[in-house]
Amino acid sequence: MEKLLDVENVSISFIQYTKGLNQRDLKVITDLTLDISEGEILAVLGSSGSGKSLLAHAIFGILPENANLNGKIKYKGKELSQEDKEELRGNEIALIPQSVNFLDPLMKISDQAIGHTENDTEKKEKKIKQREIFEHYNLGPEVDEMYPFQLSGGMARRVLVSTALLSSPKLVVADEPTPGLDEKTVKETLNHFKHMKEDGVGVLLITHDIHAALKIADRIGIFYSGYVIEIAENKDFSGDGENLLHPYTKSLYKALPANGFELIKGHQPLHGEIPNGCPYYDRCEMRFDRCKEERPELIDLGNKKVRCFKYEEGAEDGT
Amino acid sequence: MELKASNISFKYPSAKKYLLKDINLTLDNSKIIGLIGDSGSGKSTLCKILSGYVTKFEGNVTFDGNPLPKKGFKPVQLIYQHPEKVMNPKWKMDQVLKESWDVTDDFLEEFGIQKTWLTRFPQELSGGELQRFSVLRSLNPNTKFLIADEMTTMLDAITQVQILDSVLKVVKKRNMGFLLVSHDMDLVDTICDDKIYLKDINGA
Repeated sequence: MEKLLDVENVSISFIQYTKGLNQRDLKVITDLTLDISEGEILAVLGSSGSGKSLLAHAIFGILPENANLNGKIKYKGKELSQEDKEELRGNEIALIPQSVNFLDPLMKISDQAIGHTENDTEKKEKKIKQREIFEHYNLGPEVDEMYPFQLSGGMARRVLVSTALLSSPKLVVADEPTPGLDEKTVKETLNHFKHMKEDGVGVLLITHDIHAALKIADRIGIFYSGYVIEIAENKDFSGDGENLLHPYTKSLYKALPANGFELIKGHQPLHGEIPNGCPYYDRCEMRFDRCKEERPELIDLGNKKVRCFKYEEGAEDGT
Repeated sequence: MELKASNISFKYPSAKKYLLKDINLTLDNSKIIGLIGDSGSGKSTLCKILSGYVTKFEGNVTFDGNPLPKKGFKPVQLIYQHPEKVMNPKWKMDQVLKESWDVTDDFLEEFGIQKTWLTRFPQELSGGELQRFSVLRSLNPNTKFLIADEMTTMLDAITQVQILDSVLKVVKKRNMGFLLVSHDMDLVDTICDDKIYLKDINGA
């Protein structure tokens, strides 16, 4: 399977005004590393408000102007510049946005799905393809003439999914596709991703919903206080969580109502108060002295990755 | 203590069909009840009726035999899914809390609220942190009954345990009533003594 997307040490910060003309640089994402291959679903799991949507915006080059992006985003091995992103987006890479608010409220559904065309022939061709895909997702001809406010939640989701697929993309990025939908529609949406995977499309699923992630993802990246702290395989989320590596991931798994509802104290450090060392230092049960001042890198363990000194080669057990 | 709903029916003015029809429900503080229903089934509307935030409905709601007060503090408090929607965005967090009651330091500690958060605006905190404030604000000493409408749906599993653990401690200590509305069966099975399916009691 060919590698599609490589995100290496990406950090995003914002320039913020504090008081008067004083500015500060607020780091929202400090170190995000992940990769996706063809026909793979990778979920990025983080709590709401943690800034994970910015990852999607960074890939598509649609970050706001006061944002600062560092690190590398590579597509098929080539590092992307802003121009490359503009070229690729809507063609080989497609975004399924969080909500219908991303649609133009004054434009008919079919017109926005087709988008810009050079001439009538192109428009007709695209129209035929759009109808085909819409039909596939159970959207009848009457939907073409509707405006976004006339769509129900589930229909809107199907419009967004089929619009993304219109250009036959190789990589689809879905930003929080499940909240606000009932169980049936969630299941249906997740099935769409499974079908894309079967067609060889790579899917990056950005979500806060661990159940949704576990249902379809091959691997799951855990996002904590601006860092990816672990990339685990789906099958590791089983039993007592003994195959999960990072202590936070283990606790997260055991806190699920079905797995013990276990209580641990503490909270994720906020943007701007993240300590020098490991972001999980304050809550960690197996910390070393060095974790306080030194920040662990993401250690590559083949298919899995973890950001913890415990898994470094030659690390001694215990503290 | 008894929160009693008799023959509740509700429909939106523009709709033909009733959303809720002839619902009878009696809740007290002896048991923690879970209310389960699909989205769009009227769970949230029922919660708003039970807490006195929707007043145009048929039937009546009584708390300890009296109708819910129209003015002043509501003894039945409702906690929503999205805390950012129930707070004044131009108030700092200590003012948001003070609007309801003077929260003591032990409570701040129990709910894991850092002192430094008190001087921030709502948009400077994450959903999990805001929900801690939202819950604590509803725990005014005059609150007798708490309705949690998908209170932890947007939160990660760890924050969910932390908040529910703290709330349930206070509920038990003060002998309050507690209704948990959720679509998560595992969660309902874990913390509730009994469960009610909305479709079983809804005649619509």
